[in-house]
Amino acid sequence: MTESATSTIDGMTPAEAPHHDVAATQSLGFWFYLMSDLILFSALFATYAVMSRSFAGGPTGKELFHLPAVFVETMLLLCSSASFGLAMLAMRGGNKRAVLTGLLVTFLLGLGFVFMEVSEFRDLILSGAGPQRSAFLSAFFTLVGAHGAHVACGLIWMAVMLGQMVAKGLTRPVQSRLMRLGMFWHFLDIVWIGVFSVVYLMGVM
Amino acid sequence: MSQSHGNASGATSGSFASYASGFMLSVLLTAIPFALVMHSEMSRSVTLFVIFSAAILQILVHLHYFLHLDTSSSMHWNVLALLLTFLIMVLFVGGTIWIMYNLHYRMM
Repeated sequence: MTESATSTIDGMTPAEAPHHDVAATQSLGFWFYLMSDLILFSALFATYAVMSRSFAGGPTGKELFHLPAVFVETMLLLCSSASFGLAMLAMRGGNKRAVLTGLLVTFLLGLGFVFMEVSEFRDLILSGAGPQRSAFLSAFFTLVGAHGAHVACGLIWMAVMLGQMVAKGLTRPVQSRLMRLGMFWHFLDIVWIGVFSVVYLMGVM
Repeated sequence: MSQSHGNASGATSGSFASYASGFMLSVLLTAIPFALVMHSEMSRSVTLFVIFSAAILQILVHLHYFLHLDTSSSMHWNVLALLLTFLIMVLFVGGTIWIMYNLHYRMM
């Protein structure tokens, strides 16, 4: 295999390239995107860490954050990660109906998370603790909002994939897209671990 | 050169048992720090230590049980990219906090 690979002429791919290698390369490329996204989040985390005590006489995290709600949000995201995993297992078994159900459950759980976050933001802004109140709140809205925007994008992607599955069935390209969506979704759950630990738990303690 | 379907990427391999154990461990590692912050009167440093240990452990649980990262050759580049990213993150976040803390200290 290595010999035939080295003997191919520039710009020409081996005609018999196995399909799985394409999927693996696409997954690796997507993984690199996730890593660059992680660096974006680390910039937001660094900003938050610096600003986290700059209350400007305004409300602190201890007064604003409601931990039981954050715990429910965490569970919603965690359950959605698990249900996506089950959908991936069903995909390997070729069970289209189960994949659709699993993805739909994941979508609804993710929607619940976004809904809770938006209503939290709404309550904060209405009570005068909007992003313009203090450096702490600016950093808070930027970091948590960036994560929420990622989850919302994941939901749009998931809706598109639900449509593709209905229209095209579980074809190879659809399967490989679902695999990358899964990587994205699990990745967002990992970022959320950092958010609830650094922002909410440390903010309240 | 033919790869089995399972190890083509990080998101498909894994079994029901691995997702179930990953889920249970994650629930546990979430509940412990939340319970500690909400209900316990432990000292600040102990609480901080527990929050960070639980977070790091849970991130490892997610990487292992949900994203199926391991030391196999098909995951070689993924792990390498992740390690490089961790290095950048440590320099980035650690360096920022160090410099800004120093600045704060000197300006006061």
